[in-house]
Order: sequence, then C-alpha cells, then structure tokens
Amino acid sequence: MGLIQIGRHEKDGQSDVIVTTLERAVNWARKGSLWPMTFGLACCAIEMIAAVSSRYDMDRYGAGVFRASPRQSDLMIVAGTVCRRMAPVIRKIYDQMPEPKYVIAMGSCATSGNIYDSYSVVQGVDRFVPVDIYVPGCPPTPEALFDGILKLQERIMLKRVFTKQPDQVHMKA
Amino acid sequence: MHALAERIQQEYPRGFIKAVEWRGDVAVTVTREFLHDIARFVHDDPEIDCDYIVHVSSVDWPDDEERFEVVYEVYSIRKRHRIRLKTRVPESDCIVDSLTDLWRGAEFMEREVYDMMGIRFRHHPDLRRILMPDEYTEGYPLRKDFPVQGKGWRDTFEFLNETT
Repeated sequence: MGLIQIGRHEKDGQSDVIVTTLERAVNWARKGSLWPMTFGLACCAIEMIAAVSSRYDMDRYGAGVFRASPRQSDLMIVAGTVCRRMAPVIRKIYDQMPEPKYVIAMGSCATSGNIYDSYSVVQGVDRFVPVDIYVPGCPPTPEALFDGILKLQERIMLKRVFTKQPDQVHMKA
Repeated sequence: MHALAERIQQEYPRGFIKAVEWRGDVAVTVTREFLHDIARFVHDDPEIDCDYIVHVSSVDWPDDEERFEVVYEVYSIRKRHRIRLKTRVPESDCIVDSLTDLWRGAEFMEREVYDMMGIRFRHHPDLRRILMPDEYTEGYPLRKDFPVQGKGWRDTFEFLNETT
C-alpha cells in the first residue's frame, strides 16, 4: 500500500503513527471503494454477477457495492456486446457519473466487437467512451475481471490528485 | 400430400401454388392475392383451427424474379398441428396484406420483417421500424445486397458533438 509506519508499534494499546502523503491516502480511499454500476449488456453480465456473488465475492476489493444509479457510481463495467442503438445511452450514463470515474471494457465484445463485425454492433466501447482497463475473454471468468479491477486499483494509486497529471503513466508489470 | 394442404387446395385452387412436406412439417406456398383469404380460412376453419401465430419471417432470393418470400408459421393449440404459409413478393411491388386482423400477435413480427427486409404490409395498424431507429436511412439490413458491416452508421456517433 505504500504507507510508511514510524513510531512505537506495540501491542499494549499505545498510539501508533502512520505517515503518508495526502495524495496516497486519497487514492487509497478511492481504490478501496470502487462502486460499480450495473451495466450488463449480454452474457458477460452473468460472469459479472458471478463475480459479486458469494463464491467469488468482489466485495473483498471494495468493488462489490453495485449501484443502480450512475450518480452514485465510480466504475462502469461495460459487460457485453455494445449495439449502436445502445451507444447514446451508454454515453449519457457515463456523462452522468461524478468524477473521478473509471471504465472497464469487459470481454471481447466491449473491447473490439468480437466476431460481431456487423452493421449494428459498435466495434468497441472506446469509440465513444474512454476506457481504462480492457478485460479479454469471451466471457472473461470472474478471476479475469478481478485481474482487471486490481489493475485498475494499481492505476488509481498512480494518479495525481493535487498536482498535474504526468503525460505518461508507467505501470509495473 | 398432407391432409391440411389438400384441404387448402380444395378450398382455394386458384390461390394454391404448391405444398412441401419435410419431416412432418407442411409448407404451403400461396399466391399473394389469396394470402389473406387462405390465412382467414386456416384461422377460422374448425378442422384446421390455427389460432396461434408462431412466427413471421422473410427470405431474400436475390436471383429470383419474385425476389422476396414472406413466411407465416401458424399453429393450432387445440389440434396440435402447424402450417407454414409462404408467399412470394417482387421487389418492384414489395407489399403483402397484413394478417394482424386475424392474429394480433403478427403486428410486431410484421414490423420486424418491414424493418429488416423492407416488405410493407397493407392495412397494418402501425407499420414503423422496430429494431432499427426510426431515422435510420441506410436501407434494410437483412437484404442480400446490404453490406454486412453496414454503410457507416455503426461508426458515426453524432451524440458526441451535442452540447447540453
């Protein structure tokens, strides 16, 4: 987590001191309370539902509080095939989310359109909404979605809150 | 020939074109002019008694003179048999009689045929596009001469330029 601990860390109830930067603390809070929005469009939604259910329990990462309203969400998981007729709706909902907001394109369809190279299917949500993390798979397993969420959390920790964002962000492998 | 097809042929010899039976399914091809009369007969006749419309679809045969084929599949819940009614439509006069007055369930399915294939239905109560947006102008996507990737609609996002 990158928190620095100094001072006496004893078991007898003595006070402990944690020193960190405010930026880190804010990012830590943000990454630990990612509230996703229910946005299932196709079969990927089933895996997303499995990921929040008790067997996989996405709440472990602080990302299990699914909201039905974009006003209360931080994360939009676009799970499934994006039809062109759905596109303005997705964009409108994305615009309604308060900052800071993140987008995960879950599955091949949301990433690139998958095999649906057809007149009605958008070839990836990133054509009209900025995407932070792409999760491959058809559909991705809950583990794959978790990998995407953990990658997103790593990314959030690298963000600048009070200073200017650097042009490039390097992620650790 | 199947007994149901024979009855239709006896009743409407001028509207009947042919009947094909394949693995228990009977498909009766009728002329466009007699489609509504034969459908009414299939619906009202106590022997046939097809009270349920299963599906309305259409086929594009681009090399044929009468290019399109409208397919109605009807079923009798009481008698437990089904009949497929087919009729051919030329591209120049792309219209058939709607069967919505006989089976109300045909309304949305005929709209879908209109949306996807461009076949119009006479006396349909509300013939609008159903899957594609009303303002869609690129044509009818399931026609064989329509490009699979469409004509650019899927890649244009005009809502991105709107300011609210």
